[in-house]
Amino acid sequence: MNLLVTLITAGVTFGTVLMYGTLGEILTEKSGNLNLGVEGIMYMGGAFGLAGAFYYEKAVGAAASGPVAIVLALLAAFVAGCAASAIYSFLTITLRTNQNVTGLALSIFGTGVGQFVGEFMRLSEGGYVALSNHLKDSFAAAIMPDFLQGIPVIGPILFSHTVFFYMAVVLAVLMHLYFTRTRSGLYLRAVGESPATSDAAGINTTRYKYLATIIGGGISAIGGMVYIVTTAGCVWNHEGLSGVGWLAVALVIFCIWRPLNAIWGSVIFGAMMIMYLRVSLPFMPQQLYKILPYVVTVIVLIFTSMRNSRDKQPPASLGVNYFREER
Amino acid sequence: MLGITKSFGQVLANDHIDFSVRWGEILALLGENGSGKTTLMNMLSGIYQPDEGRILEDGQEIYIRSPKDAYEHGIGMIHQHYKLIEVFTAAQNMILGLDDVKMDMRQVDARVREICERYGFEIDPSMKVYDMSVSQKQTVEIVKVLFRGANILVLDEPTAVLTPQETVKLFKVLRNMKEDGKAIVIITHKLNEVMEVSDRVSVLRKGQYIGTVETSRTNPQALTDMMVGHAVSLNIDRPRYDNPQTRLVVEGLTCVDEEGITRLEDVSFTANTGEILGVAGISGSGQKELLEAMTGLYPVKAGSVRFLNDKGEEVELIGKTPMQIRRTGVGMAFVPEDRLGMGLVGSMGMTGNMMLRSWRNGRGALLKRKDPQALADRILEELEVVTPGTEYPVRRLSGGNVQKVLVGREIAIQPSVLLTAYAVRGLDINTSYTIYRLLTEQKMKGVAVVYVGEDLDVLLELADRILVLCGGRVSGIVDARTTTKEEIGLMMTHLGGKEVNG
Amino acid sequence: MSNVTRTPFVRLAKRTDIDPRRAWIIRVASIVIALVLGCIPMLVTGTNPVEAYSVIVQGSLLRPVYFRQTVKIAIPLLACALAIAPCFKMRFWNIGAEGQITIGAMCATYFALYWADRVPHVMLLLIMFLAGVVGGGLWALIPAFFKAKWNTNETLFTLMMNYIAIGIVAWLQGGPWEGRQGSQIIPKFADAARLPNVLGVHIGWIFSLVLVVLMYFYMNKTKQGYEIAVIGDSTNTARYAGMNVGYIMMRTMAISGAISGFVGFMIVAGANYTLYSGVADGVGFTAISVAWLSQLNPFAMIVISMLLAVLDKGSTTLQSRLGVPASVSDIITGILLFTMLSCEFFINYRLIFRGRAQDKEDGK
Repeated sequence: MNLLVTLITAGVTFGTVLMYGTLGEILTEKSGNLNLGVEGIMYMGGAFGLAGAFYYEKAVGAAASGPVAIVLALLAAFVAGCAASAIYSFLTITLRTNQNVTGLALSIFGTGVGQFVGEFMRLSEGGYVALSNHLKDSFAAAIMPDFLQGIPVIGPILFSHTVFFYMAVVLAVLMHLYFTRTRSGLYLRAVGESPATSDAAGINTTRYKYLATIIGGGISAIGGMVYIVTTAGCVWNHEGLSGVGWLAVALVIFCIWRPLNAIWGSVIFGAMMIMYLRVSLPFMPQQLYKILPYVVTVIVLIFTSMRNSRDKQPPASLGVNYFREER
Repeated sequence: MLGITKSFGQVLANDHIDFSVRWGEILALLGENGSGKTTLMNMLSGIYQPDEGRILEDGQEIYIRSPKDAYEHGIGMIHQHYKLIEVFTAAQNMILGLDDVKMDMRQVDARVREICERYGFEIDPSMKVYDMSVSQKQTVEIVKVLFRGANILVLDEPTAVLTPQETVKLFKVLRNMKEDGKAIVIITHKLNEVMEVSDRVSVLRKGQYIGTVETSRTNPQALTDMMVGHAVSLNIDRPRYDNPQTRLVVEGLTCVDEEGITRLEDVSFTANTGEILGVAGISGSGQKELLEAMTGLYPVKAGSVRFLNDKGEEVELIGKTPMQIRRTGVGMAFVPEDRLGMGLVGSMGMTGNMMLRSWRNGRGALLKRKDPQALADRILEELEVVTPGTEYPVRRLSGGNVQKVLVGREIAIQPSVLLTAYAVRGLDINTSYTIYRLLTEQKMKGVAVVYVGEDLDVLLELADRILVLCGGRVSGIVDARTTTKEEIGLMMTHLGGKEVNG
Repeated sequence: MSNVTRTPFVRLAKRTDIDPRRAWIIRVASIVIALVLGCIPMLVTGTNPVEAYSVIVQGSLLRPVYFRQTVKIAIPLLACALAIAPCFKMRFWNIGAEGQITIGAMCATYFALYWADRVPHVMLLLIMFLAGVVGGGLWALIPAFFKAKWNTNETLFTLMMNYIAIGIVAWLQGGPWEGRQGSQIIPKFADAARLPNVLGVHIGWIFSLVLVVLMYFYMNKTKQGYEIAVIGDSTNTARYAGMNVGYIMMRTMAISGAISGFVGFMIVAGANYTLYSGVADGVGFTAISVAWLSQLNPFAMIVISMLLAVLDKGSTTLQSRLGVPASVSDIITGILLFTMLSCEFFINYRLIFRGRAQDKEDGK
């Protein structure tokens, strides 16, 4: 029991990172754009998020307040992600480049920029970039009241997490409501399903694709920032961040493009990624736990294509650019 | 609509057409394939803009530049291919792209139900489109158009995909809408439906406006005459071939598509050497499926296609893949309807396309380019293909040249059977005659030619016998030398050509 | 469908034909623009871009030692781009080369570790080669099978397969194949399992260049290459011509995977002499860009892979000499990919601005 609780709690920590990445990519893919640059976007989010908090603290010194640092880090990461996916959007939507190749290029570019910013800060600050313990604590703090955290089992599972986790959950719910309850969400899904039909119905497909992809990139980038300020302890750590973006892409499939599934899906994926540290099963080598998320995703992918259930398919136009002349 | 003219390239699709519809009536727009009905209506619904002419609504001139403009003027069109998003519900499809954001889904549902009740539609607003039958999808399209406030409805061949029972239902709601004061145009070539549902009929023929008559004062015979016109002599040379023999025997061919709709039902006929068998029928009567089934490209549910060679040996073709058919030594040439999407490789040059038939020839793994290159050069010269070179992508050639490449290649395999689908569609007169000449040459060489066509004048002068398809079934097979255009016209719209008011 | 009353500010017109010289000017311009944009990160670090670029060129090409290292980087990129080319020609979006390399490397490594003292040198290399090729091919066959059978999305499938492959190697690295207990490192190969050097670079460069010719030949001169091209154009036409589309897809993927597996073999036997989970090191992904930017032309791939290798190698020199982070190479590579991807748009379309539309059309 205790083991399970630790596992879930740890799963949530890493899962929060994934959740942002996944939610952003869900939004992007709903518009029909398959942005494979999430890895790069999350690198950029991590580096710029850290930079945001770091230079804020450097500017104001000991007076730095936790909440302000959080907001600035969020903002810096979000803007960086938006900028990165704006490049992707311009290339694929306006200049009609191949989505796969452009996404991979963004991935290279983004990891480069993230790494560059991280290293640049280290070099220019004389070898070590870290926030003060005060700020570190405010990033990693559990925000729920003590009495809730104190409840056995439920307390640690539900109430012991950072502000980022609860924000992500709220975001997932909001996104779910946006897709299912609002007119604009409906139009966005229509664009992802069939841009030609949407265009004929008078929907501005270009605008929807741009907005969804850019905002989606911003959300994904927050995930990178959350990793750096929580798991990595406010130090630039590209090793830990590598592969997270790809895992987020996998998670999108695992969630069958539904934001609410991302909440538990990311916790499961998060748990799987750290399971090897905590659980040992006699029949399975510990290192192989790490491939579980991908294996599960492949199985989901195969099953959805075999069963051909219409509700569980990727957005129909995913990965395909739309040009009006070809109608 | 006054003096509407529209041309596509060199083809004049609509030539100064005057057309009007009144509030509270059902007008049938009648004409053969390619007579310009759909083009005319597409201009009304904002898909195309006319080159010349004006559109008036209640005496006011209006400009329709997009489907959205058309909606604003209360004009809604129900296309043959439905524009619906499959994973959405009926109601979600209806509000797509509407500017009025305030309405919530409950109000939408209520509105949809109200429209349904008013006109007698049966539809569940929360049903997903992919769960719907074809007729339900059509209902959604119609309700969608009404939902958006259309007062003028244009339906493009609405009954083509419906069962008789569903057709009856559709006509009932159309009448209800008429009672409500709406103007309805249905595009069709089924005479019995025209007689049954319409108030007036406007007839087009080959892009020309022929006239408008009150339905109650006319009869199917008169309408057929208007629709097909008097036979025009094309002066196509039609020699007789001595001693024709049976080459292909098709028996009880039945095909069902992915959605479970029967496309071909119990089709039987023979194709003979030295003969052009014309296949007539309104579009979508099973022509495409027939040819593809014979070449192993379309799944067959029942029936047989037997090939008889000169020695009288039989080969069964059904159940074989195209490659297996080729291996049995049956020389089957096929000029498909979709030239660039099926018959040719658009991105390759003539040589590359010649290889499509011969790429497996020769031993070893290497592609033999010499023969295809020679063939390409020969076709280039003999058929006078206009292209910068044999390596120039055929996609960039004009339609006539594309077809010359395709037909030239298919003839070059020295087939014993030659199947063609709409071989002259979109071609200019000269190229068309070239194609007729080529087909007749093949016939005189003893090839069994099957010519699926849409222009009855051509069929009457080119073919030896004509098979008429109607709704996936054989409506009749007639001698092209003795039959009349009227007879075929009737067989196209009525099974067997007998029941006039069926 | 001309819209007389409301001409949009910019209209697009597809160019039916373009002067090849003009196309090259646009392509070269896009590279120049990328290099100019690449100055930004250098300026941020306070480095003179001209000096930086000259260091990159010096540090990658102008000394034999550097040049050899650059070639060493270019080899797997080139070979892997060749692997991807037939898939992309077929419009089968195989982005799983990374995994196929890893599995190929893994299979080759098995024999390097356990057969090294049993078989002679050349024989061992041959066995390793075969193991890599077969392993990579089979690995690639899995997504192809599901694509052919159930039309499972190959982009996502091959992507996932990468991380499964990497995970398996990570397990071997820390488990069964681990050298010293707890080291997480697989022991270095015995000399018998190492590829010989020719002119200072492992013999893989010769193989890769041969492969360029072979792949050009395969894609343009063979029946199979023709089948691939037809499927890429239209699966309907392929069926019409009597091709078994599913079978050809699987066969092409197997070939592609086999070449990637060969790349894996080259990396472990020629460069690293050991196996670790990051053995592919992004080559499988970068090679996709190389293949695409070369427009699937094998000879152009030599140029593009060298270009990227120069950036990669040059920037490590840049870091050691001028203290600019080496990741600047990724940034410039990214920008280069962006601009070169974009330039195809300007080659295929021309922009017609309002007002100038008329005289431009007259001019053409």
